Amino acid sequence: MSQLTYAQAAMAGLSEEMRRDPRVWALGEDLGRGGVFGQYRGLQQEFGPQRVVDTPISESTIMGAAVGAAMVGTRPVVELRFADFALCAVDEMVNQAAKARFMFGGQARVPVTIRQPVGMWRSSAAQHSQSLEAWYVHIPGLVVVMPATPADNKGLLKASIRCDDPVIYMEHKDLWGLTGEVPDDADVTVPLGQARIARDGADVTVVTWSKMVHVSLSAAAELAKRGLSVEVVDLRTLWPWDRTAVLSSVAKTGRLIVVQEAVLTCGFGAEVAATVAEEMGGQLKAPVKRLGSPRAPISYSRPLEDRVRVTVDHIVDAALTLARA
Amino acid sequence: MRDSKRLAAQYLTMRRIRAFEDRAETMARDGKVTGAVHASVGQEGIAVGVCANLLPSDKITTTHRGHGHCIAKGTSPRAMMLELFGKAGGTSGGKGGSMHIADFSVGMLGANGVVADGLPIAVGAAQGEKLLGRDTVVCCFFGDGATNRGPFMEALNWAAVYRLPVLFVCENNSYASTTRTETVTAGPGPSARAESLGVPAFSVDGNDVAAVDELAGRLVREIRAGAGPKFIEARTYRLHGHTAADAGAYRDAREVEERWTSDPIARCAAELRRLGVPDSDITAMDEAAEREMADAVAIALAAPWPDPRTAFTDVQDVGAPV
Repeated sequence: MSQLTYAQAAMAGLSEEMRRDPRVWALGEDLGRGGVFGQYRGLQQEFGPQRVVDTPISESTIMGAAVGAAMVGTRPVVELRFADFALCAVDEMVNQAAKARFMFGGQARVPVTIRQPVGMWRSSAAQHSQSLEAWYVHIPGLVVVMPATPADNKGLLKASIRCDDPVIYMEHKDLWGLTGEVPDDADVTVPLGQARIARDGADVTVVTWSKMVHVSLSAAAELAKRGLSVEVVDLRTLWPWDRTAVLSSVAKTGRLIVVQEAVLTCGFGAEVAATVAEEMGGQLKAPVKRLGSPRAPISYSRPLEDRVRVTVDHIVDAALTLARA
Repeated sequence: MRDSKRLAAQYLTMRRIRAFEDRAETMARDGKVTGAVHASVGQEGIAVGVCANLLPSDKITTTHRGHGHCIAKGTSPRAMMLELFGKAGGTSGGKGGSMHIADFSVGMLGANGVVADGLPIAVGAAQGEKLLGRDTVVCCFFGDGATNRGPFMEALNWAAVYRLPVLFVCENNSYASTTRTETVTAGPGPSARAESLGVPAFSVDGNDVAAVDELAGRLVREIRAGAGPKFIEARTYRLHGHTAADAGAYRDAREVEERWTSDPIARCAAELRRLGVPDSDITAMDEAAEREMADAVAIALAAPWPDPRTAFTDVQDVGAPV
């Protein structure tokens, strides 16, 4: 084990995979200088400019070229810088990467890992803060991964690179500096589609992912002081998502809160809530509760930005309300 | 002097494409082919002249109007017709139809339903091949309509920056879907745009298969030797509608009639005769082409539908539909 940041963990994972498999390469803007968040620092020095490629600001072609390069047998890791900018390449992700294998009757494989950092971070305002994971979960053919911890950002990135499907890989910008224990073993990966019980509990289940895992854990610690035992389920992968882990936790607690940073309306939380309602509505001790951002663009100014955040207090209030129901 | 054997082989491939397109359109009008069919009638000289210079290991990408490129690269018309019919045994097992034909076994990396989307895929395929240490050439076919989309600009710039082995082939048939391209396009045209992005551009009469063959041959040799990307603007004309259902009311009948006098197949036949190829040889090729495609239709009509369960196969490995 090593103490690494979330960014260093991803860097370790990527460099291990590049050493292990010469077909793995990375492309995106400013990668030679370490990437916009330093998450590629030193990689071009080790692997050269052919495998860590500095690209023009051409998101459509960064993504489209990765599809073509994947079809001929390489395994590109695409860096799109911000999930907001990835929107310039949605056509290539949705119409090409996600569908090539199916449309061509299984002749193509598109093993691309598509990194697109999400989330609110340092007054980034409406075009650099969005969490758009639900868009991609909706698209058949894509895998959607959202790591919350340094260990997962190594293990899930490695698993994504080894996966033969196109993977939307969403790191949270506010987690880059988060430190944690990370396995050193280059063979350790985290399986896609398997949730992690981030905290055991008996009274209320909180299902969450990405940065909201940490906010939920703080809320759970606070609630413990008030005598409420909260189980926090970190989904880690939104497609496929670990229904078994969620359903068995809710079977135990009888109460569910889904917590997301994204806009609440049509968010992935709605899928979790609907599934639990369909599968075990009669067994619930209280109605399902969803927490997320109001349907408003994200502001620049700190107090305005904070207005749309899900906070520890929101989760604490929701859990206490559910426990009283 | 032109090589009559080589030209005759190209004539035959053009005739096979024409026979395929004619039948595909008829079957679409009869309701046997249910999806859209975009025939390349009149544009066969480009597909054939270019692909005659590619190795089996070379790759191509094409568009919604891609049947000709597929046949010229070696895809089985029988499997293509099955695909148009949505039948088992089609190139994509009936999952793609006309706009998603692919045959990776001959380097045909897929047609595309989105205008200009084949360009980034082609440059990426070239980059991937280069990374894997192969001397593959990737050829990317698209129309004049694509030159107004961002990926056109991005992909040409990309190919030039990384000096990739890509041959861009713009089939300029003057129409973007059913709109005259010049009415919605500023500047001097596709070749000038390519040149401005550092990709050397060459103009050719796309209805003269031998001229296309000669130009493509030279450029493919240069590209394979490491010269970087090249651009062909092949002037041509789409003699049929945008789709089989398009009566083409937006074009003057005289315009189309006049363009038929420059039909690449008729011109090639005349050239073969000039080179001393007997009429009987030409007729024999015509008949062989028609017979092959008649058989393809008969097979497609009789073929079984795909197993409905395959609607859920080849979606993805992780999180596949259950």
